Amino acid sequence: MIAASTPTHRRDAKLLVVGPDGKLSHIARTNFPALLRPGDVVIANDAATLPASLFGSHLPTGAKIEVRLAGRESLDPHAVRYFSAVVFGGGDFHTPTEHRPNPPELRSGDALQLGPIHATVVRLLDHPRLVFLRFEGSTNEIWQGLARHGRPIQYAYIPTPLGLWDAWTPIAGPPVAFEPPSASFILNWNTLDSITRRKVQFGTITHAAGISSTGDPSLDARLPFNEPYRIPEAAVNLVQDARTHGRRVIAVGTTVVRALEHAAGADGELRSGEGIATQKIRLETNLRVVDAILTGTHEPGSSHYELLRAFVNDETLDFIDRELKEHRYLTHEFGDSIFVEKIASGQTATNREVMVPVTSGNNATTGNSSSGPETFLPSHSYMPHVT
Amino acid sequence: MKTDSGSHADQATIWHGTRVAITGGTSGLGRALVNILLDDGAEVAFIARNQENVEGVVRQRPESHGIVGDVSRKNDIYSIATQILGALGGVDLLINNASSLGPVPLVPLGDTNCEDLELTLQTNLLGPFRLTKALLGSLAATAREGGHPIVLNISSDAAINAYPNWGAYGASKAALHHLSHIWDQELSPLGIRVLSLDPGDMDTPLHSLAIPDADPSTLTSPESAARELIAKIEEVLFAKEGAPKATEAAIQ
Repeated sequence: MIAASTPTHRRDAKLLVVGPDGKLSHIARTNFPALLRPGDVVIANDAATLPASLFGSHLPTGAKIEVRLAGRESLDPHAVRYFSAVVFGGGDFHTPTEHRPNPPELRSGDALQLGPIHATVVRLLDHPRLVFLRFEGSTNEIWQGLARHGRPIQYAYIPTPLGLWDAWTPIAGPPVAFEPPSASFILNWNTLDSITRRKVQFGTITHAAGISSTGDPSLDARLPFNEPYRIPEAAVNLVQDARTHGRRVIAVGTTVVRALEHAAGADGELRSGEGIATQKIRLETNLRVVDAILTGTHEPGSSHYELLRAFVNDETLDFIDRELKEHRYLTHEFGDSIFVEKIASGQTATNREVMVPVTSGNNATTGNSSSGPETFLPSHSYMPHVT
Repeated sequence: MKTDSGSHADQATIWHGTRVAITGGTSGLGRALVNILLDDGAEVAFIARNQENVEGVVRQRPESHGIVGDVSRKNDIYSIATQILGALGGVDLLINNASSLGPVPLVPLGDTNCEDLELTLQTNLLGPFRLTKALLGSLAATAREGGHPIVLNISSDAAINAYPNWGAYGASKAALHHLSHIWDQELSPLGIRVLSLDPGDMDTPLHSLAIPDADPSTLTSPESAARELIAKIEEVLFAKEGAPKATEAAIQ
C-alpha cells in the first residue's frame, strides 16, 4: 500500500467498512458517525505524543546518535527518569529506519548528551539497539528537556519534519504515547459532536502507544512492547452500560483493543485503573470487550494486521487486503482507515459482492496527487504503525 | 475541579489538588493568582518568558512548577503544553493571563506599526487560542471524568469601550472576549466553560507601563483582583453543581 506522505487529515480520506456478515463497503471517512447506532459506545485513546526522538551524542566515543524512547513502566508524570529506548547511529528520519546504522557499542554506565538532557545507559536489553536508560536531573528538568529538545518520532515516508502539533490528535491529553495513537486523528470536535448527537456515548482511555519500527527485523518481531495504560471509571461505566443493553463497544485504534482486553481480566469484567498491556492480540485472542474497531490500514505480517485476525477470519482479511490495494488506500498514521466489526461466530465471511456506496465524490488518488503516490512507497520492512 | 463540598463555607477546600495552569505567572495579577491558588492547595504550573523571573518564583514557592516559554510564539505552544501536562498530569483550570499592551507609551492607531499590532494579537489572542486548543483534549478528559474544567481568559474594559490610544490592546482584548464567548457556547455541552473576566484597573507593572502617572491609591491590588476572580470561578463551579460531588480527576 502507499504511505500517506503529508501530516494532514484529509477531508477526502476513505473508510473501508467490514460488517459482521463480512460484507465490504467503501464510504467517506467523514461519514464514520453514520455507522453508529444509538447506545453504541466509542472508546478512543487520548494519549498525546511525547517528543520521543532525541538527537545527541554518545559521550565515550563522541558519535552522533538518535535515541527513540520506546517504553516506560508507568503513566505517572513524575515517573520520567527511566525509559527503554531504541538507539540509532547517525542520520535522521530521511533515511529509512532499516538503513540506519547501529549506534556505537553501548555499555552500561555510558553517558549520553541529548541536547540539554544528560542520560546514562543503565543496561543493554539483549539487543545492540535496545537500552534501558536513566535521565539525570529533576522531573521538571527532564520534562523541560524533552519538551524543548525532543521531536516526534518520524519515518522516511513523510519527507518534511513533523511538528509536535502534527503528532497530537484533536483529543490529545496526557503526553505519554511514543508515537501517535493515530486512529484518534479522525476524532475532530465536529465528528465528536455528530457522534453524541446520534446518542452514541464517547469515552477515552489513555494508552502509551509504542513505536512502530526499530529498523531491525528481530526487534520488530517483538513489537508491540509492553505499554502502560489507564482506564478511567467513566469509560468502564460506558462499556458496562453498552454490554448490559446489548450495544456495541467500538474501539478507535488497536491500542484501545489492547488496553480494554488486557484490563478485562480472566472473568471478562472490565476494571478501571492503571495496568501494563503485555499481551499480543492475535488470531487466538477471544475478544471479550470490543465488538468493532476503527483503525488505520496496515500490511500483512504486522502486529496490527495480526490483531485484526481476532476480529475476522483470514479469508476476509485477504478480501480486505485486495480491496485496499485496488482502491488505492493510503497507509500509515496519516492514511485511510478501516472499520471492522467482529464477525459473528460461524459466519463464513467470504462475501464477494462488494458494495460501493457513493462517497463524498472524491476519487481514490486525490490525497497524493501533488507528489505522485509511488514516490513514497514504503519498503516492506517498515513495520506498519501500531495503534 | 474538586467540588466535593455542598456549602460555600468549604470553598477554600475546593482548590485542593486542582490542577491549574497560569500564563504570565511571574508578575502582577498572574503572580497573585499563583500565590493564592497555591495557598488554597491547588497544584499550579505557571508560564513566563523570563527564565530568571520564573526561577525567582519557584525559589519562593518550590511547590509550583515554573515553565519558561512565550505564548506569543507558535513554536513554544506545544512545548509549553507538554510541560504543563508533564507537571500536572492534566488540567482543570487554565488561566490565560499573559498580556501585551502593544506599543508603549500608548499611541493612536495611526501611529501604531502593523508589526506592533500583529505582536499584540499574537500575545493576547493567538497565544490563548493556541494554548487552549493544545490543552482542549485534557480539558475535555477532565469533564468526561466528572470534573468541571474552566478556561479563564483575562479581559479588560478596553475590550468593550473604545479608548483612544488603546487600539492594539483594545482590539486584541475585544477579539479574545468574543472568542471566549463563542468557545463557551461550543464547549459548554461538553462540560467545559470558557470565561472572559475583567479584573479592573490594578496596580501592576502592565498598568504603570500604560499609565505611568496613575495614582496607586485609585488602583486595586493584584491580590484583591485575584481573589475576586477566584470567587467568580467558585460561583460558576457552585452554580454548575448545586450540590457538588467529588470528581475523580481532582482527587488524583
